[in-house]
Amino acid sequence: MAAPSLAADTRDTKNLPFLYRHYPREELLGALRRMHLIRKFEEGAEESYMRGLIHGTMHLSIGQEASAVGICLPLTREDQITSTHRGHGHCIAKGAEVKRMFAEFFGKTTGYCGGRGGSMHIADVSTGNLGANGIVGGGIPIAVGAALTAKRLNTGKVVVSFFGDGANNEGAFHEALNMAAVWKLPVVFVCENNKYGMSTSTERSTAVPNIADRAAAYAMPGVIVDGNDLSAVAQASHEAVERARRGEGPSLIECKTYRYRGHSKSDRNRYRTKDEIDEWMANRDPIERYEAELSAFGIATAEELEAVREAVRAEIAAGIDFAKESPAPVVADLADYVYTEQN
Amino acid sequence: MPVEVILPKVDMDMATGRISSWFFEEGATVAQGDVLFEIETDKAAMEIEAPASGVLRNVTGKVGVDIPVGAPVAWIYAAGEAEADAATAVAQATPPAETAKAAASALDAGAQACAASPAAGPSSCTGSPDGAAVRASPLARRLAREAGLDLLSIQGSGPRGRVVEKDVVAAKQGSAVQPEVPVTAAQPATAAAPAISTPVPVTPLAAPASDDQIKRLFAAGSYEEIPHDSMRMTIARRLTEAKQTIPHFYVTVDCELDALLKLRAELNADAPEKDGQPAYKLSVNDMVIKALALALKAVPDANVSWTEGAMLKHKQADVGVAVSIPGGLITPIVRGACGKTLSEISNAMKDLAARAKAKKLKPEEYQGGTTAVSNLGMFGVKDFAAIVNPPHATILAVGAGEPRPVVKAGQLAIATVMSVTLSTDHRAVDGALGAELLRAFKGYIEKPMTMLV
Amino acid sequence: MDTAVRELSYSQAIQEAMAIALEADERVILMGEDIGVYGGAFQVTGDLIERFGPERVIDTPISELGGAGVAVGAAVTGLRPIFEFQFSDFATLAMEQIVNQAAKMRYMLGGAVSVPLVMRFPAGSGTGAAAQHSQSLEAWLGHVPGLKVIQPSTPHDVKGMLLAAVADPDPVMIFEHKLLYKMKGPVPEGHYTVPIGKAAIRRDGKDLTIVATSIMVHKALEAAETLAGEGIDIEVVDLRSIRPLDRETIIASVKKTSRLLCVYEGVKTLGIGAEISATIAESEAFDYLDAPIVRLGGSETPIPYNPELEKAAVPQVPDIVAAARDLVSGVR
Repeated sequence: MAAPSLAADTRDTKNLPFLYRHYPREELLGALRRMHLIRKFEEGAEESYMRGLIHGTMHLSIGQEASAVGICLPLTREDQITSTHRGHGHCIAKGAEVKRMFAEFFGKTTGYCGGRGGSMHIADVSTGNLGANGIVGGGIPIAVGAALTAKRLNTGKVVVSFFGDGANNEGAFHEALNMAAVWKLPVVFVCENNKYGMSTSTERSTAVPNIADRAAAYAMPGVIVDGNDLSAVAQASHEAVERARRGEGPSLIECKTYRYRGHSKSDRNRYRTKDEIDEWMANRDPIERYEAELSAFGIATAEELEAVREAVRAEIAAGIDFAKESPAPVVADLADYVYTEQN
Repeated sequence: MPVEVILPKVDMDMATGRISSWFFEEGATVAQGDVLFEIETDKAAMEIEAPASGVLRNVTGKVGVDIPVGAPVAWIYAAGEAEADAATAVAQATPPAETAKAAASALDAGAQACAASPAAGPSSCTGSPDGAAVRASPLARRLAREAGLDLLSIQGSGPRGRVVEKDVVAAKQGSAVQPEVPVTAAQPATAAAPAISTPVPVTPLAAPASDDQIKRLFAAGSYEEIPHDSMRMTIARRLTEAKQTIPHFYVTVDCELDALLKLRAELNADAPEKDGQPAYKLSVNDMVIKALALALKAVPDANVSWTEGAMLKHKQADVGVAVSIPGGLITPIVRGACGKTLSEISNAMKDLAARAKAKKLKPEEYQGGTTAVSNLGMFGVKDFAAIVNPPHATILAVGAGEPRPVVKAGQLAIATVMSVTLSTDHRAVDGALGAELLRAFKGYIEKPMTMLV
Repeated sequence: MDTAVRELSYSQAIQEAMAIALEADERVILMGEDIGVYGGAFQVTGDLIERFGPERVIDTPISELGGAGVAVGAAVTGLRPIFEFQFSDFATLAMEQIVNQAAKMRYMLGGAVSVPLVMRFPAGSGTGAAAQHSQSLEAWLGHVPGLKVIQPSTPHDVKGMLLAAVADPDPVMIFEHKLLYKMKGPVPEGHYTVPIGKAAIRRDGKDLTIVATSIMVHKALEAAETLAGEGIDIEVVDLRSIRPLDRETIIASVKKTSRLLCVYEGVKTLGIGAEISATIAESEAFDYLDAPIVRLGGSETPIPYNPELEKAAVPQVPDIVAAARDLVSGVR
């Protein structure tokens, strides 16, 4: 993922969108693989939930895959993110393995959180994910803190904070953006605006038409992108990350997107119409759009695209098997990880 | 909040009481001031009034069971107030083993009430097998448990009678002279003697042989065990205490009764009629009471009570009279006997004796007094010595009046003679003073007309 | 270690500890409102900004929630922030980050991270600052697994415990009673630590154990001296840490004295005294109790402004004397 170079690529890309100009074919196909992984992972999780293999609830981001993958494209493995309750996509986009994510969903010791976190706290710290978060807006100040560390210790890392449209009305959002701007910290705030904070639409909850408009209050760039257009998302992210890396401070990106599923498993979709959902699924699906572009720009054949899908299906099936076969935690270890073990 | 109905302390040295009867049943509506139940103490029956108006519920105070003072016996709920059921749950949740254990301990009225009554009130019944009804600190409980002491046998000196550490230490020291038959945890006293009830605190200074030691002297089945009632325990305790702490001194004198008997016959013959009955019928004992009272007035230094700090010199003579009642005795008091006429004394005694037998005396009618008379003359007893009953400093034991040969003016003659023995608390009344008192008494008895002036 | 011992005030001891930590470890930073050139509302940070610069002594905006969250994020990613709330009352604004994030992050992530965060809470009444600047909220945080909550009562302890907190891999909340800031006491020079989670017996006694926290330790000691004149011999246990709680020391003391009085400034109901009492009731010390356990805590009111009312709202020395005397003499 790091420092994309086109040196080995012989394609004529100068009239293509940003993504295709900046990333080699392998990375483009890798991005497709991750988008499929996110969707298939969530479908697999949903099915496991319905079969009673997973307890609790989960918040699915099906339909938002381009946002997660596009934002993470310019990030290095060392760069960090904070995520949200709808965070499976961010986790996979940042490089986590789906088998350990399934294991976490199944509450197993091999899961990323040893079965202590589940869907809502899933994270692979080793790939820079500082955690999904059950509190709306909870991760935003933490991302600013991580950026403070990056600046203070001069690590060159950039931190991305994902959050939803609901979080932009939390005090933590405003306090964090303000501090990041005052201190010029290397952080990118990414609002995935899927139109509804649970059931309440942004029109009903937010005084400004675009969440990116709020950037002006904190003297940082505010960018609106089509969150279902992978290239547009990647371009916005690339510019914000570079700006952060140059020490010029934070940016706010608003990805306009849509979640196909309800807020959580208990959602009865009373606040939006089936037509609205169908319209997004039929005409604006991020994976279909991206596959179409890959075909149109001659980057992958139908067979090659199918091969990606097939590999993902196999990885998902293997992941579920891994999770099922993994050991459950023992009750005697209930209190592990409350405090750092000191010997 | 429901109002707690407790077993009140109605007697100075009362540690437990028994309810002799309830006048209302569970669920009855009562008004504040209604007589709810009657307590039988060691001395008397007391009527206890409802502390509030409402519905009587959770009546846990069983009739005829020793209940510690202050223990709840029922609750009065305001109309419409929901009945607390937490305590019921606790009572029902008591494990069967503990229930059995607690029930086996007839000593422990509180625990028994908790275990036996599913309708136990919202009290703190814990089902604790070793004395839920006893107020004791956890430390005292543990020390008592380790020493094999029954908490019920220990008088608590803490707030509200709580048994605290020092009480158990004192009790242990008291029983230290008794090396044999330690009661271990594995062989609890309650299990060994399930039917014995010893609810009233008895703190022996030098412990006699244990119950088991005594019982071993008799073949099993050769005796019937009759549980002590509270009166028996109080008598045992008070008399043990009196005999062990009061240095007794005895003075005996013979009194000729002929003049007194003659006067008595004349007075009784002349008694006016009242409701078809003679207005009075004097007994010899009535005249003994009056004579003793007048003697104390004449020898006021003998009309005293001993306290550690001072001598209480009484201004009037209040004469207690031992009255035998079923299961024991009680000593109602004729107050200010000097100032009462013989007929007044006589009628007062009849009333007191009747109510004593019916256990209807009020505490103030049997508590206190400055001396006492114990008369066994009706049994033909010639002479005996009685035990001083504190706070008295004296007690007069009266034998039978009987014809005896006497020497008068160098001649043998026959006279009706009554021997009396004065027991004195030597701390308060020395020998000579006791003798002086008896001389004065003898003077009134032998010249009875002097009692009338 | 041979170190000189001087008299320092409690706030000087804190400042010295922070200076030692800043000196020793580049990762240590201070964060808080007006801790820079102002020197902190209680002058605890003083001139540290001059010695360590604004990059390490960071004035935050008045953003308690955001500031606390930044401290959490910094701690998780490699810094060792010491975060000062200007008044402990303001931590109510930051409860989300303290309780949901800092305390739980390690657990939620299955041990993948630690949160080496120190937060300082100037707490308590007695300054006439009334209801929103005088609270004792330590029991709130003491209720949260994942946090460590301490209440040092002396200059010596606050320096040693603060240095222990900085070295601790987990979030440590330090409640500092504002009336202690000017109290002086012996403080060794240089680096030393006082363990978190160990109570201290401040006075040996045999008749009654007083378990006290923070400033109440000093009031309890004063009460104990008064009662010593009456022949009552009181043991005073300085709890120092309310999470983790040093149950062993409390239990051993009560087993020795058979009586327990808990004295703390936080509101009595559901406070630290309840936990101490329950600890004894659940322990083998129960069978050593010769009197009921008694708590003296703050009144069931906000802290009032009027000085007489303010005094009446928290336990004072005569209250402790009376309660202790009643317990020992068997009135209670």
